[in-house]
Amino acid sequence: MTANEKKALQINACRVRMGVIESTHAAKAGHPGGSLSSAEVFTYLYFKELNVDPKDPQKWDRDRFVLSKGHCAPGLYAALALREFFPWEDLKTLRHIGSYLQGHPDMKRIPGVDMSTGSLGQGVSAACGMALAAKKQGNPCRVYTLLGDGEIQEGQVWEAMMFAHHYKLDNLCVVIDNNGLQIDGPVDQVMSPYPIADKLKAFGLECVEIDGHDFDALEAAFAQARAVKGTPFAIVMKTTKGKGVGYMENQVGWHGKAPNDEQAEAALKELGAELARLEAM
Amino acid sequence: MADVKKIATRQGYGEALKELGAVHDNIVVFDADLAGSTQTGMFGKVFPDRHFNCGIAEGNMMAVAAGAASMGMVAFASSFAMFAAGRAYEQVRNSIGYTRLNVKIGASHGGISVGEDGASHQCLEDFALMRSIPGMVVMSPADAVEAKAMVRAAYEHEGPVYMRFGRSPVPVFHDEDSFTFTIGRGEVMRDGTDVAIIANGLLVAEAVEAGKLLEERGISARIINMATIKPLDEEIVLKAAEECGKIVTCEEHSVIGGLGEAVCSLLSEKRPTPVRRIGTNDVFGHSGPAAALLEEFGLCAGNIAGVAEEFAKD
Repeated sequence: MTANEKKALQINACRVRMGVIESTHAAKAGHPGGSLSSAEVFTYLYFKELNVDPKDPQKWDRDRFVLSKGHCAPGLYAALALREFFPWEDLKTLRHIGSYLQGHPDMKRIPGVDMSTGSLGQGVSAACGMALAAKKQGNPCRVYTLLGDGEIQEGQVWEAMMFAHHYKLDNLCVVIDNNGLQIDGPVDQVMSPYPIADKLKAFGLECVEIDGHDFDALEAAFAQARAVKGTPFAIVMKTTKGKGVGYMENQVGWHGKAPNDEQAEAALKELGAELARLEAM
Repeated sequence: MADVKKIATRQGYGEALKELGAVHDNIVVFDADLAGSTQTGMFGKVFPDRHFNCGIAEGNMMAVAAGAASMGMVAFASSFAMFAAGRAYEQVRNSIGYTRLNVKIGASHGGISVGEDGASHQCLEDFALMRSIPGMVVMSPADAVEAKAMVRAAYEHEGPVYMRFGRSPVPVFHDEDSFTFTIGRGEVMRDGTDVAIIANGLLVAEAVEAGKLLEERGISARIINMATIKPLDEEIVLKAAEECGKIVTCEEHSVIGGLGEAVCSLLSEKRPTPVRRIGTNDVFGHSGPAAALLEEFGLCAGNIAGVAEEFAKD
């Protein structure tokens, strides 16, 4: 990608992070940590990879995205708003009574959301069903799903991996956000999912490990995913939980807690400075 | 009914899938290593490219079916009732119920008539589990003809459906050529005025037999086949309450959370009426031949007649 393209993506990722802070602050609840670690992949998907149209969110051949780690809805919603699926101002209604921006993704209410998720381990199975159906229907769309590294402790994830390989779902791309932390602590202390890539390969998937904050790496990985035939492709992204907000980085306590007024102000100031730096580049 | 043809309702399910598959190319069928038992194998033989074995992984199967349905397919997902409604409950609740997707769950081997496999496989809680999910249609046919008609109706219905089929052959008393089925509508099998017996599944045939026994004892029993447990046919229940004054419910299910409780909930709010519930009384089953188990647990014409007689004379 060109330097300008990369700069635009970096700016958008920074804006996604600001949306995560604004929405969770307004909600006084939500999950900023994993939303921030996935900011680059959300941005890359909605501004580069996915064939989607905000003016026609239900078009039949759109690429599907399933946020299997549904609690990271604030990150997804910020990317969708930035891509103009709905107004940016609505992010501040997250989790409020009467808002369509439910605590976890709701396909029945939110433009651009292809599957309701939140109960971990189910989104990846739904993505398999979509990929299978697309093949049967001759639908050229691709299906993408994003999982957490804690989520893959769910046995159903591995049922889904078995299924995806068995039915040769090469239109499916599985992304795992390996930010290393879950609610109760570091993933390897709670219940180690490691080695992640080796497990995926043992289940028959093709797999790469990348830096999930590096747009060049994301571009290469998604290009490889599209090229692989006969089996699904997995991208294991090493990331930093809370990335971009200094006091949240690698802090397990920011998994599912909203910033208060002072914390939100500090975070937006830090992100604002980063945005100004990127725009001046 | 010794001379009556006996067919398991699960066979009706398989046949209906096969017939529907020939007409509608948007049907996909999922199974979890029980295609021979659930009878979805009949569909798989004719349409191998639309029949997907998911292996012994029911939770994944339910969410896969939801994903396929989100693409415009009508997805049938099958296993034993124990695993479809029990093991995969939360996948059904969140990926199928909450999304209101077009997934039809065909659950075979429901109830105590599973027989020899014993309590681990005798699901007596599926009506309760599935009724509790908003928007879920819950049904159980009385014979193979009704099963086939039910599957066709489920295909036409927009949204999630749970159907429970049985393992054991049961008498076929509906006429295939003239029978019509509507979701949410009960069927009066026999008219009566002293007591109304509302049953579903294989207990409908037993209830009809009980009606004959009661007639010999001078009691006029109305027999109702309530194949749809949810949404309940309120009209037919309220009319029975008004005209008979006493209701007996019969189901191959726990008395907790099934047809009996659905009827009681309705009556207690709209027309308080005495009810006796026949089902399993908060206990697990055990191994044995289906007929012997049904007898032992009181799920038979003799016990239904006995309960209804005592109740009617009370």
